[in-house]
Amino acid sequence: MIEFHNVTKRFEGGYEALKNVSLQLDDGEMAFLTGHSGAGKSTLLKIIACIEKPTRGQVLLNRINLNTVARSRVPYIRRNIGIIFQDHQLLFDRTVFDNVSLPLFIQGYRPQEIAKRTRAALDKVGLLHKEKSMPITLSGGEQQRVGIARAVVHKPMLLLADEPTGNLDSVLSREIMQIFVDFNQVGVTVLVASHDLNLIEELDKPRMTLNAGQLILNDLDRGMPEILHGYE
Amino acid sequence: MATSRNRRERPATTNRILAYLLHHLQSLQFSLGKLYQAPATTIMTVAVIGITLSLPGGFYLFLKNIDAISGDFRSSSQISLFLTLDLSDKQARALEQDVAGMTDVLSTTFISRQQALAAFRQDSGFGKSIDTLSSNPLPHTIIVEPRPEADTFAVRNLLNGLQAMPEVEIAKMDTEWLERLYTILEIARRSVAMITILFACAVLLIIGNTIRLDIQNRYQEIIVTKLIGATDAFIRRPFLYGGVWYGLFGGLVSWLIVEMGYLVISGPLNRLNLLYQADLRFITFSLHDFIVLLSSSTLLGLAGSWITVARHLRQIEPS
Repeated sequence: MIEFHNVTKRFEGGYEALKNVSLQLDDGEMAFLTGHSGAGKSTLLKIIACIEKPTRGQVLLNRINLNTVARSRVPYIRRNIGIIFQDHQLLFDRTVFDNVSLPLFIQGYRPQEIAKRTRAALDKVGLLHKEKSMPITLSGGEQQRVGIARAVVHKPMLLLADEPTGNLDSVLSREIMQIFVDFNQVGVTVLVASHDLNLIEELDKPRMTLNAGQLILNDLDRGMPEILHGYE
Repeated sequence: MATSRNRRERPATTNRILAYLLHHLQSLQFSLGKLYQAPATTIMTVAVIGITLSLPGGFYLFLKNIDAISGDFRSSSQISLFLTLDLSDKQARALEQDVAGMTDVLSTTFISRQQALAAFRQDSGFGKSIDTLSSNPLPHTIIVEPRPEADTFAVRNLLNGLQAMPEVEIAKMDTEWLERLYTILEIARRSVAMITILFACAVLLIIGNTIRLDIQNRYQEIIVTKLIGATDAFIRRPFLYGGVWYGLFGGLVSWLIVEMGYLVISGPLNRLNLLYQADLRFITFSLHDFIVLLSSSTLLGLAGSWITVARHLRQIEPS
C-alpha cells in the first residue's frame, strides 16, 4: 500500500524533516507512527497525502509513484485516502450531515446514495442523531468523530490520522482509537500518527518511531533492500 | 483488496454524467444561496454593476431614438430642381418624366410656373406687388423624392447628376445640416462604444474583486475540499456561477434603471411631441436589446470571475 524508499524531505532553509526514511505498510495493515513533536510524523503523512513532495527518494502509494504524479491526478489519489486531522478541519457553516457527505458529493454520487452512506458513516461513529446539528454545538470528541465519519464515508483504502486524539481526554481517546481498529478489521489500511504512547501500548499494533527525521524503530521492518529497482 | 471493492461501488458512467450535471445545478443553486445569505453585500455589488451598466444602456437608448428620428428626416429629404426660365411647359414635363425614371428616384412632383406664382400670391400676401410684375419670375419646379433606401452618397450623386443637366438652373437639397447631424451621431456612437468598453471593464473588475473576497472568505473550505479529493473544476464551479449571478442580476438592475429613467422623462417628452405636432414614437429596449443586455452582463460576470478564480484558486493549496 505505502512504500518509502530512502525518502528525504528538506524544506526551504535547509531543515530536514525526514532523513533517508524507508518503510512499507501492506494492504490491510494497521500501524502507529510515533515520535516527539517535530520528529517528522506530520511531514511523512503529508507526503502520502500529496501535500508535500519528497526532496529525495521514492514514495509509492498503491504502486503509484507520488514523486512524478501530475497535479491534475492528485485529487483522484486523495479520493483513495481518508485523512483525519488533529483539528478535524470541519466546515462550520454547514451541518454535520453536509460535512460528512462532502467526499461523496465531490465524487459525484447520487443524492439517495449520499444520504444512505452518510447516515451509515455517522451511525458507525455513533452520531446519527446529530446529523442536523451544526459542528460548533458538538463537543471536541464528537467533532473528532464527525471528522472520522467524513474520512471513511467514501470507503477509502487507506486511513491516515494525524494526532487524532491530541485534544481529547483518555476515555475519548480510547474510543477514537477503537474506531480505527474496527475499520482496520474490515480491511482498511490504517496509519495513525500519535505520541500517546500509553494508548498505543494497549492496542498492540506495530509501531514505527521517528526521531529527528530518522526512523529509529520499525516493527514492520521486513529487511527491505535499501534501493529498489524496477519501479519508476 | 479494496481496489476491486471500490471499483464495484463507484457510480457507473451514466450516473457520473448525471452527477456532473447535478453538480452544475447544485453549484448554481448553492452560489445563489450564498448570495441570499449575505444580502447586504449582494445588493451592493449588484447595484454597483447595475448602475455601471445603466450608463452605456441609457446612452444606447438615446442614440437609438436619435437614429430613428434622423431616419425620418432622411426619408423626407427632397431635391428641388429649379428649371431654366426659357423652358416651355411641355419640355419641363418631359424632363420630369426623365427624372422620374432615374434610379434612386422614388417619385417626382411637377409644379408649373403658373402654379408656383398662384401659390406664392396666395401664401405670401404680396398679391398686389406681384400684379405689377410684367412677367412671371418663377421657374418650373420639379420636386424629386429619392428612394428611402438610398444612402447619403447615392443621394449626393443623384443631386450632382441633376445639377449637371442643362435644363436645370439650380438643384438644391439642404443636406449640409443632415450631414452635420450624421457626423455628430457618428461621434456619439463611437463615444458610446468607448464608454461601453470602459464600463464593461469596470464591471469585470467589480465582479473580479467580489469573487476574490469570496475566495478569501472560503479559504478554509477550499483547503478542506482539496484535501478530500475535489478537482480544481469542482472548486471553481460555485465561484463561476457566483459571477454569473452577479452579472445577470446586475444586467436586470441596469435594465430597470434605464426603464425607470425613461418613465421619468416620458412626460415632458410627450408634451414636446405635442408642442411640435410631431408624431415621434420614443423607443425603449426591444426584446432583442433586453436579451443582448442580459447575456452580455452575464458573460461579463462569468469572465470576471473566471479571471479571478484562475489567478487565485491555484495559489490555495493545503500545507
